[in-house]
Amino acid sequence: MVVASLAFVEFLVIILARDIYLNGLHIYTLGASSPNLAIPENYIVPVRIILEVDSISIFMAIIAATVSLAAAIYSLSFMKGETGQNRFYTLLLLLVAGMFGMVLTGDLFNLFVFLEIASIAGAALVAFRTKFADTAEGGLKYIVISTVAALMVLFAIGIFYAQYNLLNIGALAHVMQYTMLDKIALVLLAIAFMMKLASVPLHMWCPDTYSVAPAGITIMLVVASYACLYALFRTCFTLYGVSPDMVTVGWIVITLGMLTMFVGVTMAVFQTDIKRLMAYHCISQTGYMLLGIGVGLAVLNRPEALNTYGIAAMDGGIFHIINNALYKGLLFLTAGALFYRTGTRDLNRMGGLAHKMKWTTIFYIIGALSISGIPPFNGFASKLLIYESVYRFNPILAIVAMITSILTLASFTKAFYSAFMGAELPEYQEVKEVPKSMIAGMAVLAAGIIFFSLFPGLIVDWLAHPATEALINQGAYINGIIGGG
Amino acid sequence: MTQGTPFNVPFLAVAALIGIAFYIILSQRNLIKLVMGLSILASGVNLFLITLGYREGGVAPIYTHAPAGVMVLPVPQALTLTSIVIAVACLALMLSMVIHIYRHTGSTDSEKSRIMKG
Repeated sequence: MVVASLAFVEFLVIILARDIYLNGLHIYTLGASSPNLAIPENYIVPVRIILEVDSISIFMAIIAATVSLAAAIYSLSFMKGETGQNRFYTLLLLLVAGMFGMVLTGDLFNLFVFLEIASIAGAALVAFRTKFADTAEGGLKYIVISTVAALMVLFAIGIFYAQYNLLNIGALAHVMQYTMLDKIALVLLAIAFMMKLASVPLHMWCPDTYSVAPAGITIMLVVASYACLYALFRTCFTLYGVSPDMVTVGWIVITLGMLTMFVGVTMAVFQTDIKRLMAYHCISQTGYMLLGIGVGLAVLNRPEALNTYGIAAMDGGIFHIINNALYKGLLFLTAGALFYRTGTRDLNRMGGLAHKMKWTTIFYIIGALSISGIPPFNGFASKLLIYESVYRFNPILAIVAMITSILTLASFTKAFYSAFMGAELPEYQEVKEVPKSMIAGMAVLAAGIIFFSLFPGLIVDWLAHPATEALINQGAYINGIIGGG
Repeated sequence: MTQGTPFNVPFLAVAALIGIAFYIILSQRNLIKLVMGLSILASGVNLFLITLGYREGGVAPIYTHAPAGVMVLPVPQALTLTSIVIAVACLALMLSMVIHIYRHTGSTDSEKSRIMKG
C-alpha cells in the first residue's frame, strides 16, 4: 500500500516537473474559489496560504519522492521483525508529507509548520526501535535541535510579520526594505537552517542521529535536511535577493561550506562505526553544496562573473544535492544491510562479507566510487562542475575541495576492506544475502546513479540548470504572486 | 506600531524568557530540565507573536456582536495557537524519549546516560 502510494506520488511529481519545465511556475491558493486567485478581491496583499512551485521546488520534490520510494521498499523487509508496523508507515508518510510541504509551499508560516511536522515524524522514527538503548538518545538530540531551530524560524517570521503584515514569501520579497530587523531575521533563519542541515559548528547531532536510525529512515532524514538546505536557498535568494550585503553572506556560506567539508571528512577517517563514518561523510558532502551556492551568492551582484562561473558553480551545487541524495542513500542502505545480517555496525568486527553478500557489495562499490568523485560516476560530474567554476573564483577553495575528495576515497576504501574483503570469518558462516525487497530498494537508487552517470549533461540541462535559473530569477517568483491574479 | 512605553514591557519579558531558556538549554545537564528550557523558549516566542498583534484598547477579533472600536490582529493569535499545538507534540515526544533513556541507562543526567561519543 505504502509503496504503491509513494510510486504514484513519484509519477505525479514527474508529470508536474515536465509541466513546469514547459510552462513555468505554478501557484495553488488553498481555499480560494480559483487556484490562481493569489490576491482575493478587495485585498491588496495575498492573505491565503499559497503553494508556489517552481523549478527548484520540483527538483527537491523529485529527490524526496525517489528517496522515499526506495526507503519504503527497503523498509518492508528491514522492519519486518518490529512491532507497530502500521505506526511506522504512518510516521513515514507523515515525514514524506512534511518534506513535500517544506519544498512546495510559498508561505513562511506554512514552512514552519511543515518543518515541525517533518521533525516530529523524523525524531519518532529515529527512536522507533526502542529495544536498542541508543535510539532514544539519537531521537532526543534530533528533536531538541529541530525544536530550537523551528522556534528561531518562528521568531524570524514574527519579525517579518511585525514589519510588513505579510507571511507570503513572494509578497515579502516584493516589499523587503533590508532594515536592521530584516538582517536579524536573516541571521536567525540562516542559523536555524544550518542547524538542521548539520553544517559544521552545529553538526554534533548528525552522526548520533543518523547512525542509530533504521537505515531506511536515515536516508529520509538526509533528504529532510536537504529540504532545509532548500529553505536556506529560498531565504537567501528569493526572500533577500540582490542586496548589497549578499557578498558578505556569500563569503560566510563559503567559509562554513569549506569548514563543513573539511571537518566532516577528517572526523570520518577515524570512525570505526560504519554508519557514523557515513554520517560524517554526509556532513562533508553538504559542504560542497554550500560552496557551490555560496560562490553563486557572492557574485550575485556582478552579472559578468555570474555568467562566466557563478551559474556553473550553482549548477554544480544543485546537481550535487540530487547526486548526494542518491549515492549517500545507497551507502546508508548497504550499511543497513550489513547491520541486518551481522547485527553490528563496528567495522573491526566485520570481514569477508563480499563472499556472502554479492549484491550488497556491488551496490557499495557503486556508491563509494560515486561519492569519491571517480569518473564516470555522477559524483564526478557534479564535483567537476564545482571544481572548475570555484577555481576561477578562488583557486585555494578548489584545492581544499579536491583534498576532501581524496580523503573521502581513502576512508571509503578503508571501510570496504574492513567489511567486505579478507577471508570469511567463522562467526558469519550463516550470513546470507539480504531479502529481495531490500535489494530492490537499493536497486532503485543504484539505477538512478547509473542513469545520472550516463547522462549527466541531460540532467544538468533539464533539472539542475532550470533550478539555478529559478533561484537567481527573484522577479519571476514575486510575479507569480503579485502579478498573477 | 505605536512604540509607547507600556508596549516595551512585554518585549522585555520576551527577551528575558528567551535568555533564560537559552541559559537552561546550554548549561543544564538534566534532560528533564532541558525539556523545561525548550518549553520556556516556546512560551517566549509565543508571547512575542501575541504582543505583536496587540493594539491598545483593542477588543477580541470576533465579529458577532462586536463592540465598536479597534480589534486586535487575529493572525498572530492563529499563528500562536498553531505553534502551541506543535510545541505540545514536541514536548510530549521529548519526554517520552527521556523516559526511554531513563529505562535503558537508569539516569537522566546527559553526561551519565550518554552512550555515543566521538
